[in-house]
Amino acid sequence: MVDVAFQPNRTAAAQSGRRRVGLRNALRRKSMSAFLMTLPLILLIAILVIYPAIYSLHLATLNKAMTKFVGFGNFEFLFKRETFWLVVKQSCIFAISAVIFKALIGFIVAHFVHNVPANKQRKWRGMLLVPWVIPPAMSTLAWLWLFDPSYSAFNYTLSFFGIGPIPWTGDAMWARFSVILVNVWYGAPFFMIMYLAALKSVPEQLYEAAAIDGANWWQRIWYVTLPMMRNIIAITTLFSLIVTFANFDIVRILTAGGPLDHTHIFATWAFRVGIEGSDIPLGASVSLFMVPILAIAAIFILRDITKRGNEA
Amino acid sequence: MSTVTIDKSGPTRKVKYGSMSRDRTWALRWSYFFLTLFAIFSLTPPFYMLITSLKGSAEISAATNPWWVHQPTLENYVQLLTSNQFLRFFWNSAWVSIIVVTITMLISVPAAFALARMKFWGSATLATGVFLTYLIPDSLLFIPLFKMFAVFGDWTGIQLVNRWYVLLFIYPTLTVPFCTWIMIGYFASIPKELDEAAIIDGASWFQTLTRIFIPVALPGLIAATIFAFTVSWAQFLYPLVFTTSTDQLVLPVGIITTLIKGDVFNWGQIMTGALLGAAPPLIIYAFLMDYYIAGLTAGATKG
Repeated sequence: MVDVAFQPNRTAAAQSGRRRVGLRNALRRKSMSAFLMTLPLILLIAILVIYPAIYSLHLATLNKAMTKFVGFGNFEFLFKRETFWLVVKQSCIFAISAVIFKALIGFIVAHFVHNVPANKQRKWRGMLLVPWVIPPAMSTLAWLWLFDPSYSAFNYTLSFFGIGPIPWTGDAMWARFSVILVNVWYGAPFFMIMYLAALKSVPEQLYEAAAIDGANWWQRIWYVTLPMMRNIIAITTLFSLIVTFANFDIVRILTAGGPLDHTHIFATWAFRVGIEGSDIPLGASVSLFMVPILAIAAIFILRDITKRGNEA
Repeated sequence: MSTVTIDKSGPTRKVKYGSMSRDRTWALRWSYFFLTLFAIFSLTPPFYMLITSLKGSAEISAATNPWWVHQPTLENYVQLLTSNQFLRFFWNSAWVSIIVVTITMLISVPAAFALARMKFWGSATLATGVFLTYLIPDSLLFIPLFKMFAVFGDWTGIQLVNRWYVLLFIYPTLTVPFCTWIMIGYFASIPKELDEAAIIDGASWFQTLTRIFIPVALPGLIAATIFAFTVSWAQFLYPLVFTTSTDQLVLPVGIITTLIKGDVFNWGQIMTGALLGAAPPLIIYAFLMDYYIAGLTAGATKG
């Protein structure tokens, strides 16, 4: 009897002991397998993102033949070149004005789509998002053809209103305008979709309360919609600022930096200098000038995203 | 819009009620009007691509109304789809995109699972790092990457520059961070009870992932797949830098480098090629629009 009663006890004790060991093993196995699962990701980021980023700092300190260390020589050379300051100015004009117009158009269009009855929203949203879906290299070709100096379909249409042929990509100011226009065309749908999602998450009661308090259309937007959407607006704008600032495809295909470097931005000029001009160190130095602006935007995005995480 | 708001502050209750519904119909009419304008703005370039692709070269250079086709012809399509070079670009693009999507999923799904569920030393930092990597643009890395692969070729004798498969190493830097990030969001939203139940039933971590997480987070997985495909299909800078021989080019670069010969633009063929190049993402979008939009908004709203 005693034996029998004792036996299960002992096996239970042994089992629990084994379970503790097993648990420790499992824990070790858990962190081990978690590490193995993330290993490819870590390797990819380390070898193909972080290493090239550091390598580009190293490249930027070499001479053209990449045989001699020149310190800040490349940067000093850039600071003395007029084209460089032109590129800095154009990149800022391009990114800031394109992002502002994308955000404004996106906000307005999102409101119009939101106004339409729910069963028709899908159709409109579907049509308005098409520019974002087409690969930008392909759609920029269509714009290039619309802007063609001799067969421009836009100039054909405008000639009926008595507006003379516009040198869309031939004149410096018009070329800048065209590049920004194509970028706005391509990027505005992204803002529209983000703002539409944000608009849908604003509770209807807030608008009802505002209407009871006698708020007009403008006050409803200013005191209800904008504060509720603030976070999404901030994240979307900062994100788009990064993407627009680093844009390559549109400028490259539409103007290739011309006329006379008047539409070059950092990415296209880095390509021209570094790959086409085979001065890799100078190209690396040019693209490194994007880092401060990207870093500032990234810090703010990260702050907003962690804030969201804490609120949730 | 301003007249609408003035109407609203009518004096008596009845009038106000009536003006409110009138208000709404007017707001709706204005919405439709502006939406039509914006839709025309959005669809003009693709429409013009289609129009031009149906024109013969004589009609393109004629001074007729450019917005209409008078003698539609499929000549451009026939020429491109029977040209070995163009088909080669198409196949290169298709192979690169499909393999990159596979690599991306194989790397990012297990990583996202580990980062979302199996908390380990440094996992939070790594998740933030993944998001930061997603913010690093291609135009920052193309020069050091190009030099890196050239040096690698010199050292090992394995020449990767100017081969289409070099893109298989490079595109994942664009797709993996974002896919991992949105999969972390989707996985984190799965109730903990679900995988605890599976662990209690004796499932291993791998089984929990394949039997529970992947089926439950399938919409997120589809959104991530679509994202990876469209990014690899549309990428222009990396193939332009890394590949130069015509048999190694992918579609966007191929169209631009071979159909534009010096100053001669064969616009009929360029537009046809551009339309064919835009077709796969557009077809995916037409059928899976909701997943596409979910993936688009997930980057900022999840996580």
